[in-house]
Amino acid sequence: MQHKSKMAGADGDDSLYPIAVLIDELRNEDVQLRLNSIKKLSTIALALGVERTRTELLPFLTDTIYDEDEVLLALAEQLGNFTMLVGGPEYVHCLLPPLESLATVEETVVRDKAVESLRKISQEHSPVDLEVHFEPLVKRLASGDWFTSRTSACGLFSVCYPRVSSTVKAEIRQHFRTLCSDDTPMVRRAAASKLGEFAKVLELDYVKSDIISLFTALASDEQDSVRLLAVEACVSIATLLPQEDLETLVMPTLRQAAEDKSWRVRYMVADKFSELQKAVGPEITKNDLVPAFQNLLKDCEAEVRAAAANKVKEFCENLPEDSRETIIMTHILPCVKELVSDTNQHVKSALASVIMGLSTILGKDNTVEHLLPLFLAQLKDECPEVRLNIISNLDCVNEVIGIRQLSQSLLPAIVELAEDAKWRVRLAIIEYMPLLAGQLGVEFFDEKLNTLCMAWLIDHVYAIREAATCNLMKLVEKFGAEWAQNTIVPKVLGMANDPNYLHRMTTLFCINALSEVCGQDITTKQMLPVVLKMSNDQVANVRFNVAKSLQKIGPVLDSNALQTEVKPVLEKLDTDTDMDVKYFAQEAISGKYTTLSIFFLYEVASLGPRSLLVVLVLCQTHRSTMCPAECVSQCER
Amino acid sequence: METTKLPPTSPSSPTTGFSVPSAEKVDGFPRRSMRRARQRRSHSSSQFRYQSSQVELTPLPLLKDAPVAELHNLFCKKLQQCCVLFDFLDCVADLKGKEIKRAALNELVESVATSRGVLIEPLYPEAIKMISVNIFRTLPPSENPEFDPEEDEPTLEASWPHLQLVYEFFLRFLESPDFQPSMAKRYVDQKFVLQLLELFDSEDPREREYLKTILHRVYGKLLGLRAYIRKQINNIFLRFIYETEHFNGVAELLEILGSIINGFALPLKSEHKQFLVRVLIPLHTAKSLSIFHAQLAYCVVQFMEKDATVTEYIIRGLLKYWPKTCTQKEVMFLGEIEEILDVIEPSQFIRVQEPLFKQITACISSPHFQVAERALYFWNNEYILSLIEENSQVILPLVFTTLYRVSKEHWNQTIVSLIYNVLKTFMEMNSKLFDDLTASYKCHLVSFSE
Repeated sequence: MQHKSKMAGADGDDSLYPIAVLIDELRNEDVQLRLNSIKKLSTIALALGVERTRTELLPFLTDTIYDEDEVLLALAEQLGNFTMLVGGPEYVHCLLPPLESLATVEETVVRDKAVESLRKISQEHSPVDLEVHFEPLVKRLASGDWFTSRTSACGLFSVCYPRVSSTVKAEIRQHFRTLCSDDTPMVRRAAASKLGEFAKVLELDYVKSDIISLFTALASDEQDSVRLLAVEACVSIATLLPQEDLETLVMPTLRQAAEDKSWRVRYMVADKFSELQKAVGPEITKNDLVPAFQNLLKDCEAEVRAAAANKVKEFCENLPEDSRETIIMTHILPCVKELVSDTNQHVKSALASVIMGLSTILGKDNTVEHLLPLFLAQLKDECPEVRLNIISNLDCVNEVIGIRQLSQSLLPAIVELAEDAKWRVRLAIIEYMPLLAGQLGVEFFDEKLNTLCMAWLIDHVYAIREAATCNLMKLVEKFGAEWAQNTIVPKVLGMANDPNYLHRMTTLFCINALSEVCGQDITTKQMLPVVLKMSNDQVANVRFNVAKSLQKIGPVLDSNALQTEVKPVLEKLDTDTDMDVKYFAQEAISGKYTTLSIFFLYEVASLGPRSLLVVLVLCQTHRSTMCPAECVSQCER
Repeated sequence: METTKLPPTSPSSPTTGFSVPSAEKVDGFPRRSMRRARQRRSHSSSQFRYQSSQVELTPLPLLKDAPVAELHNLFCKKLQQCCVLFDFLDCVADLKGKEIKRAALNELVESVATSRGVLIEPLYPEAIKMISVNIFRTLPPSENPEFDPEEDEPTLEASWPHLQLVYEFFLRFLESPDFQPSMAKRYVDQKFVLQLLELFDSEDPREREYLKTILHRVYGKLLGLRAYIRKQINNIFLRFIYETEHFNGVAELLEILGSIINGFALPLKSEHKQFLVRVLIPLHTAKSLSIFHAQLAYCVVQFMEKDATVTEYIIRGLLKYWPKTCTQKEVMFLGEIEEILDVIEPSQFIRVQEPLFKQITACISSPHFQVAERALYFWNNEYILSLIEENSQVILPLVFTTLYRVSKEHWNQTIVSLIYNVLKTFMEMNSKLFDDLTASYKCHLVSFSE
């Protein structure tokens, strides 16, 4: 606290006044002000200069470390970028004391940030400074009283190890070893989570002698939260070791982890299975991982089965090519078949999200014979999520056997999902429609799915009608305007005569969405007359939506249609008895007239550069959406 | 002390205390559909897995019919029989075996509870083995990853019909007059206790209730394990606070600690003070505070009653972690502050009054009327009132402006009238100071408006 007066006031230097204010704010009662000030710390340091930053600001900051965690977090982050502000790499060690204190606080996010900053600035230390300043800090943290400092130390070993002398290296290894058998599970967890990273910077001999024993010990820790972290380390360690050592050094532990009594550990093995598979290589995969994977797929805990099911495709893909098909057919597929009728829906839906990928691996014949029945079974699953996952991955099968094989079963599944009682399920299947349409082709679509797409337009949930409208637009983008004109436009326009006003409004919403993709011709000739006719609707909601639609499709129409057809109707709506209709008619007119006036302006613009300026100004005042682009193109001319 | 009561021996329905799921309140579409799926199978157990091959059980003679010479041998055989585990997820599987085990467990419970001289040394390892095999298991994953103990129904342990009897047996075993700690300590060791503590994460409240009573007995009878138990509870709490924010048994563990703190010797060891400052106070930051706040506040007050010098740590700690946005928690904090003030020593009060009353003032001006109301209730507490009166020279100037302003501005009529009462008390307490403050405030208002 005393630092403040010394720093800010003493020399009465006016140029430092803003800095004095910032420093004052560092002590303010309001957390937000302190936080703001901390975030401007680099400005303060810059103004103070490197000398005073080192001798005054840093000690001041080191003393204030008892603040709110939020402020400390900001401070820990700032200090990671402070090297230049204290005078470059030569002085970077000045940053260590405040960061050391921050690395011991209780709050995890602050500590983690402090460690992150320490790791960053460790790279800026010279090898000598690393040994003189940084490494002692790591040692102090590693032997701290409270678990927080020891936890932080775990993250710092690997950054200093490669650049210190062999004596110091030996000390670092010793400290790491101690922390791996720490009394507090929090510290053992931190050590276990850094084991892989530390192994990577160690010499191979030490990996074999030190790391393996630590790995084995952590993998059989009394707490499953520690054991599961050892599984993660297993990937890195296995990658580092030569193939011939894996069997003796890693595999016993990995086998044990795959059969751990805690489902959390088994889950971790399942979750990391692809990485493990790559790390141990094809031979061990064939001999060990295949049976382990089978067990995980048959695990008693659904959580584990789901995690394993998620990996089925990746695991099969990465199997050695020479025996891939045999292994899949004889070992994996039987388990997969069982999972198709699992009792847990999460397991089934995890499987459904990857199972289609197997067809590319197994080829056409196997797919037809073995996989197709499974796809079909999942397409009939009671859980909609499973069916959806299958449908959303159809592209994989399409490549191999063509979707025709499936279409017979696909259709009932799609129809059922399309009529599901839960609107969110219906919504999800609508979102896959454009994709399905692309794969099934226009004929199949017209024949089987078109009716569905139209039926959604009269769904009783608005979100579905809205999505259905959007779906039509995407379909037209895929199949083209001509298709639209023949198949959907007549149906959409037909709804304009529906007795239900909600359906009549849907016509308008569809027109809003379709006018642009269908183009001027269809819009003017087919849609516009319907919209105009609806301006006489007895329901006000329909009438004001007519006004809105006219505004929306205006840009697609030509000026003649706007002048002769749209304008009179809008003017009529402007005199409507309903105030909402009036309001939207006026909105449309002001928007419309801008559009109309643009045509006039174009002509003006062609007169000369000065009038062009007038055009631009007018465009800005009118804020019509189409103006800028149109004007620019006009300007270019 | 609550923990001395025996848990109900019949499997009571723990669901009655739970309210309507919150999912119904909001749109809740996905949650409700998940819930329906869940209800079909709201029991869970990962106990069955370790059974390698199913053993056929055959009924043994009844203990009560056994001749004295045979009794221990038969007891032992029954214990071994009860080591067989059954699949409760399949409710029709091996009904005969399940019934034999249930009957055997019942007999064991009754025997250990009523007859003397049954517990002889060779039975200890067998009994502990039977208990371990049955109760120690990795708890299954929660079926609802966002399980909210206040809103959701807990997943119940499927094997409870057997598990409950095993717990009951364990409890009777510990409470038996024949129980010899010196023999038990060889089997109820650190590893055993650690696994017992891990079970406190069970979602099933019936199981936690048993565990609480059992751990309390273990702590009471096996002195050598006390420090270890405290340390492991510390670790559980620290992990809860800083790593997972999830542990179902916090309230139960705190309840045990409440009675443990009560028994601490004076002066307090630094280990215990550290526990207060670094574990109990940070526990207040938990999102799920409401579930264990009563037990936590009890522990905190216990500490103060033991040693008044910890008061300042506690109050400053609470002020540090004062909720910033959650008004519900703010009300809990205010409740705890009142409990603390109820037993505070006047000399300690003086040390914290300034920061404390700044916070209380901030609460009074909270737009949330429950917060303001809770803070204003302090003035209904006679002991607190006497503390305020003694220090009115300090406190009155701290709160006056806010009280005056809020009395004019607050939207809630109850708050306004409560504040008038408080102002009236102050006027009676120290009319001179009150008049001075009123005058200077009005003066300030005038100068401000000009």
